[in-house]
Amino acid sequence: MKKQWGRALSVIALVVIVANGRAEAKNGIVLDGSTTVGPIAKSFAAFFMNKYHVPVTVSESGSGNGAKSLINKSCDIASMSRSMKPQELAAAKTKGVNPVSSVVALDGLAIVVHPSNPVKTLTIAQVADIYKGRVTNWRQVGGPNFPIVVIQRESNSGTQESFKDLVVGKETPVVGSAETQASNGAVKSRVSLTRGAIGFLGLGFADASVKKVAVNGIYPTPLTVKNGSYPLSRPLFFVTDGQPSGFVKQFVELPKSADGKKIIKELGFVNKY
Amino acid sequence: MNGDSPATAGRSSAFIVSARKRKLQKITRMAGESTLFLIAAVVAIIVLFIFYFVARDAVPFFQIRGFSEFFTKTDWYPADDPPRFGALAIIYGSLMVTAGSALIAVPMGVSAAICLSDVIPFSVRQYVKPIIEMLAAIPSVAFGFFALVILAPLLQNFGGPILMWTWWLIASPFLLLAVIVVSELLSTSIQDDSRRRVVQRILVAVFGLLSLLFLFFVGKHLQEIQILTGTNALNVSIILSFMALPTIVSVSEDALQAVGRDLREGSYALGATRAETIVKIILPAASSGILAAVILGIMRSLGETMVVWMASGNSSHVPEPWYNYLESVRTLTATIAGDMGEADQVTGSARFHVLFAMGLLLLVISFISNFISERIVVRQRKVLSGQ
Repeated sequence: MKKQWGRALSVIALVVIVANGRAEAKNGIVLDGSTTVGPIAKSFAAFFMNKYHVPVTVSESGSGNGAKSLINKSCDIASMSRSMKPQELAAAKTKGVNPVSSVVALDGLAIVVHPSNPVKTLTIAQVADIYKGRVTNWRQVGGPNFPIVVIQRESNSGTQESFKDLVVGKETPVVGSAETQASNGAVKSRVSLTRGAIGFLGLGFADASVKKVAVNGIYPTPLTVKNGSYPLSRPLFFVTDGQPSGFVKQFVELPKSADGKKIIKELGFVNKY
Repeated sequence: MNGDSPATAGRSSAFIVSARKRKLQKITRMAGESTLFLIAAVVAIIVLFIFYFVARDAVPFFQIRGFSEFFTKTDWYPADDPPRFGALAIIYGSLMVTAGSALIAVPMGVSAAICLSDVIPFSVRQYVKPIIEMLAAIPSVAFGFFALVILAPLLQNFGGPILMWTWWLIASPFLLLAVIVVSELLSTSIQDDSRRRVVQRILVAVFGLLSLLFLFFVGKHLQEIQILTGTNALNVSIILSFMALPTIVSVSEDALQAVGRDLREGSYALGATRAETIVKIILPAASSGILAAVILGIMRSLGETMVVWMASGNSSHVPEPWYNYLESVRTLTATIAGDMGEADQVTGSARFHVLFAMGLLLLVISFISNFISERIVVRQRKVLSGQ
């Protein structure tokens, strides 16, 4: 529920920001983008405002919106849970924007199922088959004789796009009967309440109400994500227009500082540096 | 006015308005009228503007992708490469949940309206109607939350028994009525009174037993159904019917009240019972108002976004088989809400314009149904006035 309001608020915030143009950006920092990076961005913002007394505005409207805002010059930093797409880079070029990405943290994509599900491990190919609609019963992947309820994210989501790139493949569509939820929280609540469900979450969101399964035999933990053995991990980005300077530079480089690392770890994400 | 005699001139001068004052009055009247006209015009212009701007952004989609894919294919993959914009499953989903909610809300709403206006005492009605109208004050996000967090798990865990009890509750009174009516009809040809009564009893017993078996077996079949996902078309239909109910009840009750005492009393005076009066006099007389109520309620269901976005599951496929309300569906409104974020000229314009095409489709559907209801109301009025 909070997410829905958050979405509404971020839309309002976006309108306000667009209306004010760069005026606001001159005396503060404006962030827009991924809901997955959201917790990090908000904690960084609180830390930054405390330390430097520079106002930081954070909107969470999806990675795609972050890229859009950066291209339209209505934000200083786009937070993204995927890299920029070719079309977005082309659009940026025509508007004279030069996107520069820096990695904030690493995030594992946890494949989650209902806690009562006895399935402990799946291969990437099995997960892909489930999302392509080729496997429709848990029996086919070593579970009980029970139909699978496939849950995905909406097309706005960077998590959805990372999942598609890493697991299903870009060209292959996800099966039409897959349910679509609007946020990490909504996916978690649906999976925790539905016996046959399978879904995917950012590692920081996967708590005890759902069961994480091992992928290709590797269980998702901060350690396996960091050393690269867990196959479904992705970097999270801060993208700026050109090389950052001033406060924006300090903000983007927070993940390299001890305070930044502590914040990232506390939120359940994995430090890159 | 100066021609009057001095005696009357003094008295009537109070009623005579000077030329200046008359001019002032004329100006203020014109100012007032034009202000009101302007406000009314603004409302009409707003509607036209919405139509124009939605259509303006919808047309490019059809220029880029044509009509056939949008209306005949069921693959909805706007973010894929290459994108596919088959909206048939989504259009079907919208119609499905709207029809489902109408199926629940219309019989319930009209019966409740009849009950309020003609069955229960006036003093009780004064309390019950505002309570029903309170339903309309509940925000749709609260309904959506209820659907997602309470109704969906309930359907998943106790779906079979819930379906069975609903079947028993709805079907048993109808079957009982049918058994009695059929036995009466079959035995009317028997002349002898006592023999007819015996035959009637036997028929009631036989048909009663048969329908009990029917109730039981269908109920058992329903009980065995396992609902896989609670966020499905049934869940949304139930919640949408709750949201349409206050509109349907309130507007049809007003229509029934508007029929007036004279028709009711005329009917009673001719010896009609209350049931005959309601079915044969009041309902036909109020039918245009009731129809308006039903259309308003259906429009409420069709246009609702938050509840369907949260509780329909949003899977863009036509259920298997097509009447399966226990599968997830996706609606036009939820698709617009869900895909708006990413859709922009930046990421490919067809994806942006397709949402306006959906908005235009919704607008067109509501215009058509408004038009049809308007026509029916006019025709009904003609029939009732005897033309």
